[in-house]
Amino acid sequence: MKYAFYPGCVARGGAPELYDSALAVMERLGIEHVELTRAACTGAGVLQEKNLKMGDVLNVRTFAMAEEMGLPIMVLCSTCQGVMSQANHRVQRDPEYLAEINKHLASEGLEYKGTTTVKHMLWALIEDIGLDKLKETFTRELTGMNMAPFYGCYIVRPTEALGFLDNPGRETSLETLIELVGGTVTDFPGKTACCGFPILFINQANSMKMVANHTGTAKDLGADAMVTPCPLCHLNLDGYQPKARRQVRGDKADLPVIHVPQLIGLAMGMSEKELGLQKHIVSTKKLVKQAEALPVKA
Amino acid sequence: MQVSLKVKRFDPAESGGKTWWQEYEVDVHPDSTVLDALIQVREHEDGTLAMRCACRASICGSCGMRVNGTAKLVCKTRVVSISPNGEQMIIEPMGNQHVVRDLVVSLDVFFDQINRVEPYLQPSFVPEQGEYTVSNESMENLVTSMNCIMCGICVSDCTVFEVDSNFIGPAALAKAWRFTEDPRDGKRDERLKALNDEDGGIWDCTRCLKCVEVCPKGVAPMDRIMELREAAIEAGNTNTHGYHHTESFYNSVKKNGRLDETRLAIDSAGMFNIPRMLDLVPIGLAAMRKGKLPPVMPHKSEDHKRIRELYDSVEGESK
Repeated sequence: MKYAFYPGCVARGGAPELYDSALAVMERLGIEHVELTRAACTGAGVLQEKNLKMGDVLNVRTFAMAEEMGLPIMVLCSTCQGVMSQANHRVQRDPEYLAEINKHLASEGLEYKGTTTVKHMLWALIEDIGLDKLKETFTRELTGMNMAPFYGCYIVRPTEALGFLDNPGRETSLETLIELVGGTVTDFPGKTACCGFPILFINQANSMKMVANHTGTAKDLGADAMVTPCPLCHLNLDGYQPKARRQVRGDKADLPVIHVPQLIGLAMGMSEKELGLQKHIVSTKKLVKQAEALPVKA
Repeated sequence: MQVSLKVKRFDPAESGGKTWWQEYEVDVHPDSTVLDALIQVREHEDGTLAMRCACRASICGSCGMRVNGTAKLVCKTRVVSISPNGEQMIIEPMGNQHVVRDLVVSLDVFFDQINRVEPYLQPSFVPEQGEYTVSNESMENLVTSMNCIMCGICVSDCTVFEVDSNFIGPAALAKAWRFTEDPRDGKRDERLKALNDEDGGIWDCTRCLKCVEVCPKGVAPMDRIMELREAAIEAGNTNTHGYHHTESFYNSVKKNGRLDETRLAIDSAGMFNIPRMLDLVPIGLAAMRKGKLPPVMPHKSEDHKRIRELYDSVEGESK
């Protein structure tokens, strides 16, 4: 498989361990990629609040670049996935609007025909690589490790733009991967709720309650770690967990929040450093020890 | 077909109220709705099960409840869509609202929030004769919000309401939009200012899309909230962190082709808001120790100049 790779701002900024671990896992799986270094930010839905069309122009430009290469886009971020899917959905069902958008791209010699697909790494691993092939690359089973899935918002809603009808299983993709690596799913009610990141700078009290509720509840239910496909959720659930837990629950941050490729990488036997697990705010030491204590397959 | 239901019960008569789970098995026609199955339970299995329903045609908005964790009108939800292979389905009362008994919730909180936005027309003049006349288009535009049947489903699953009962909430904000966009209303500016300034107003929405996904009538409350934000800014309300956040994001992409996270945090908090600035320091230091602080000088997209041209091109068009 080969993808036009769009890591997104956060993997190249505040969560560098996501970028590094994704590349390491892709290499192990033989996934080829061309990084879209000329592409713009998706706008994250925030830019769209001010100017929806501007957002659509920026995203359609990225789709056109991938279309020209004949490659599907792979993203590492739920927010990128959601915003791109919504933009793609809007232009694919409205040719007149697409023509209007394409006018802005003409001076660059780009024209989007509407054929690009956008896939989060989480979906690509399951749908394109396949569970059997993925499992062949695992060197240890993460038996006894309890993982709470945390989807956040934009990779589960709106279901229509995200293609849930045509791709059954996307709504349980995190559980699928957790079980594939041999872990146990810690189900909890907040897994598709907001992490609080979008209002972090607007209403921090509410944002902290969300972080404390999600991480605290998952921990109470026995989770050793939380797995998320969204680096923005990660920034809030990991980076602000010490403050949120102290402020809201009066306890300590004790739930590591890991990225999807870090989960896969642990099953592939990769080291703490390779996966950037030492870069987390909430310590992952216990988790790493737990994984390293498990037997390695011959 | 066989339907297996696990229903959350609540009896207020017991001291402090008693909550328990009860399981039922009923045989229904394959085309049945979840409501049909529940009515069957009430009529043939257990007459003590309390629930609300009336029209059975998704018009009255009475039968909102949670099915497998998501709020739905059960008269509009077919059994096969939830349990195609006869899986047990979990039925609970709506969330974020006070449970009266079993599956019946009080809508007091819901209507308190609706009343907060003054949900009635406040015209600035009375026509000298005849009725108010407006264009078809202007009223057609309001149809999305007027489709609301006040079922409370969006409030049930609102992720902000869950942590902050002072949030005006999706249904009431969609209703507020219905009046700010009505050409006959004379209080548009006052309404927008109040929604902008109030604690629990338009900027507290997290854009999680839950209300859009669960609304059974296509009201898409979150989209209406985004339109309210845009209208509030256009009307000159630029005093919120939310406004600065959006502006900073927009301009960061304009300048660099991508997001400058450090700048975004500073702009949103307000450069001269010293307490909020200090608040960012420990987080920044912790991130730096772990080697993950966003770069102070932002990465630029390789094509940032081209992206700037695109901004000019799109902005020029709307002028």
